[in-house]
Amino acid sequence: MIDNWPLLTIITFLPLAGVIFLLMIRGDDEIVANNARSVTLWITGFNFIVSLSLLLGFDSNVAGYQFEEFAEWLPNTGINYHMGVDGISMPFVLLSTFLTPLAVLASWRAISHRVREYMIAFLVLETMMIGMFVSLDMLMFYLFFEAVLIPMFLIIGIWGGARRVYAAFKFFLFTLLGSVLMLVCMLAMYVQTGTTDIPMLTAHSFGTGMQFWLFLGFFASFAVKVPMWPVHTWLPDAHVEAPTAGSMILAGVLLKMGGYGFLRFSLPMFPHASELFAPVIFALSVIAVIYTSLVALAQSDMKKMIAYSSVAHMGFVTIGIFTFTEQGIAGAMFQMISHGLVSAALFFCVGVVYDRLHTREIDAYGGVAKVMPRYAVFFMFMMLASVGLPGTSGFVGEMLVLVGAWKASTWVAFFTATGLVLGATYMLWLYRRVMFGKVTKAEVQSMEPMQLRELGIFVPISILVLVFGIYPAFLLDVMAVSIQIIIDELSVSGVALVASN
Amino acid sequence: MFEINDILPALPEMFLACVALLLVLVAAYGGDGAVNAKRVCSIALGAIVIAAVMLWQGGDIATTAFSGMFSADSFSAYMKLLVLMGSFAALYMSISPLEQDDINKPEFSLLVLLAVVGMMLMISANDLMSLYMAVELQSLPLYVVAAMRTNSLRSSEAGLKYFLLGALSSGMLLYGASLVYGFAGTTSFDGISAAVATGALPVVFVIGMVFMICGIAFKISAAPFHMWTPDVYEGSPTPVTALFAIAPKVAAMALMMRLTYGAFGPIAVEWSQVLVALSIASMVIGAFGAIMQTDIKRMMAYSSIAHMGYALAGLAAGSHAGVLGVIIYMTGYIFMGAGTFAIILMMRREGKSATKIDDLRGLSKTHPLFAIGLLVMMFSMAGIPPLAGFFGKWYVFLAAVNAGLIPLAVIGVVMSVVGAFYYLRIIRMMYFEDSDDPLDADLPMSNRLVLTVSLAVVLLFFAGLGSLLGTADIAATTLMTSN
Repeated sequence: MIDNWPLLTIITFLPLAGVIFLLMIRGDDEIVANNARSVTLWITGFNFIVSLSLLLGFDSNVAGYQFEEFAEWLPNTGINYHMGVDGISMPFVLLSTFLTPLAVLASWRAISHRVREYMIAFLVLETMMIGMFVSLDMLMFYLFFEAVLIPMFLIIGIWGGARRVYAAFKFFLFTLLGSVLMLVCMLAMYVQTGTTDIPMLTAHSFGTGMQFWLFLGFFASFAVKVPMWPVHTWLPDAHVEAPTAGSMILAGVLLKMGGYGFLRFSLPMFPHASELFAPVIFALSVIAVIYTSLVALAQSDMKKMIAYSSVAHMGFVTIGIFTFTEQGIAGAMFQMISHGLVSAALFFCVGVVYDRLHTREIDAYGGVAKVMPRYAVFFMFMMLASVGLPGTSGFVGEMLVLVGAWKASTWVAFFTATGLVLGATYMLWLYRRVMFGKVTKAEVQSMEPMQLRELGIFVPISILVLVFGIYPAFLLDVMAVSIQIIIDELSVSGVALVASN
Repeated sequence: MFEINDILPALPEMFLACVALLLVLVAAYGGDGAVNAKRVCSIALGAIVIAAVMLWQGGDIATTAFSGMFSADSFSAYMKLLVLMGSFAALYMSISPLEQDDINKPEFSLLVLLAVVGMMLMISANDLMSLYMAVELQSLPLYVVAAMRTNSLRSSEAGLKYFLLGALSSGMLLYGASLVYGFAGTTSFDGISAAVATGALPVVFVIGMVFMICGIAFKISAAPFHMWTPDVYEGSPTPVTALFAIAPKVAAMALMMRLTYGAFGPIAVEWSQVLVALSIASMVIGAFGAIMQTDIKRMMAYSSIAHMGYALAGLAAGSHAGVLGVIIYMTGYIFMGAGTFAIILMMRREGKSATKIDDLRGLSKTHPLFAIGLLVMMFSMAGIPPLAGFFGKWYVFLAAVNAGLIPLAVIGVVMSVVGAFYYLRIIRMMYFEDSDDPLDADLPMSNRLVLTVSLAVVLLFFAGLGSLLGTADIAATTLMTSN
């Protein structure tokens, strides 16, 4: 029976339908706020459970898309309502449905004004994120991809910190500029092929000259989203000003849209241009890894440091993707999922102490481990996962990327590896300054211990990070066939490894 | 002489013209008070609805009347419906603000109705003579309503400026038309089209054509002929601005389409360059001009300049896809305009109209529902999917890319990012800032209704796009083949 349900449509639009429930809440501010919180938690939690049925029904041996849905949207134009998931998009769908309820929990007490509107923004955001990952029509993909900006702009701008207006504008305009250039390329592709169906476009081979321009247009959009150096500057601002839950979703899911785009569009549709631009992307990514790690070292604001570390980690992702090797791409995918979990948790770590002392300055803390021992454990675990300790999900991704990078070029592998060292340096240094040492400040001494709600966010993320770290095949098996298809498509087009050394 | 066959295709226009004449009597003898003004307005609104029904019932048969000077087909029917909807919304929302500003006169609705007849004739114009008559019939009443607030210097200035520049544009149009006539030896669009198709074009004819296009560019306020727009938008009473922003643009755009695709259809290569230049200039000047504005009406003026630039980008493609794009763009545009002005008309503080962008501060707290409405309209104007504005952009730029005008499309989308900046500024005022001095509380029923309908259309545009495409496709095909 379940087989016939439009499962992807349900998962995508369930949160949006939840908005109606939120609008129906009546009563004074207190009642509205409390009900809005719990209704949103129920809806997003339920959506996560529904999305698990994707995992159960997914056959990782099948090549191509599963749970496909097709309906006519614009007759006779080749533009249709088409959804489906493969091994590349499925993990992202689950990541989105998994992180959203946790983000709602994270904003339980932190958001105290305009709670209803806040929750509505989150529900809309979830619909847009999932919709983007399951769209198999380019126009639909673009609709969701771009519409994500609306709720995120409001979340940063209304509930953000002191410079929220600046950060919200910068975030919006940077990403919009990237995606409108992609739009022109989509128009050109549609004009040439007469369809916006992603599987059909993947099968079409574009001329080499056209691929060059198309790649550049899509690159403009995805590079801003990833974000790659030097278009990453919106990210630290957005992260610092966004509320904790906003940062969690931004780092956890939205940054993955760029990497996903490379895998869904750039590599399979423009293989020759991808090959041509791979050295450029390696160079930019290596700069991102080393430069932003160094910048992270110099930060005095915890959130900013983690934001810069995100740029560095996403540098690994772009390197992995453009090695065109099975290990590199699998590593990039793994790194994205792992970073989605770990960075969300790290931003929440900052949120936990921020809720208590209302500052993110590293110097304002010290000796927190003595006051909040359980918190210290989780923070350390996430910090080590971020650094890539074996046994955590972070290790698998980084190792696979390095293997892929080694196959492509020794130098790229070498420079990428230095990023690991730098990453360990700033994370450990951050941890030492915040957690260890004597408690010298009265505010730190009086910090409340961790609450059950906060535990409820850390525990599921930690479990996943550990499971993926110890038994990576769990995730790798899901992706393997889809990655193989990308590799096959590349080799059919004559793109092999980038000339090694 | 006139035959009954001549009257039938033009029945809605005839009907509206008769009602307008009747209303002259009502206005003259019905007393001078607000009651009479309301009566005239209600009759005018009713007449617009009836005219719309007549159009709807008129069917899609392409036909001409008055010796080919007037052409009625599904393209004109569609555009006229847009004009009628836009004018209805503007007129419907005007009553209570006019009352509050104490300029509620019976002449207002009457003049608007006459202008509507002019707009409808513009859409159907199929001859240089009827084109010019229609343009003037539309313009003259609008000059007067722009200066409606007789005790306000700004309003008088707006009327005067509009009149002077409008007269200049009419002169250009007329001069161009005379050159074109001199070449073609006929005033009918069909005749001109046949003449230009035969081959070599003298320079004088090209000059005439460019003059005509520039004359109409004045009417759609495309840069560099946009100078009157911000001042007239700002100076006119807000209900008049609402009307300017919505209906006449559609009519003038339809006229531009008929002239270029109809009369000059066979030489798209020649006029396409002119339209590309107008389009780029409008997009750039509209986008950058709007950034500096502090008055929301002035900002909307620049925004309309930019929007006309986008629409012209589709037109410049010179193809069926281009016409289709412009039709879809204009459809979204009138609803976005109507929805936005429903809120702008509400902006009052202590009974006086407040039109500074700063006045919107904290609107999301004091009037959450109106703020949501304006938020949706602004995101739609910025072209953010899945709202109506995005699909308009998608189709005009699709046509441009299809015609190989890729640099134009790139400039267009980049300018739309600049444009997003000032639409976001409105959202910022409403949502990110707080105010100590909120606006007055109420939105009249008429504005609520217009806002609700516009919101529904803008939000659900993607759902109805399939059937809209079908209708627009028929309209575009008739325009392309009728000549």
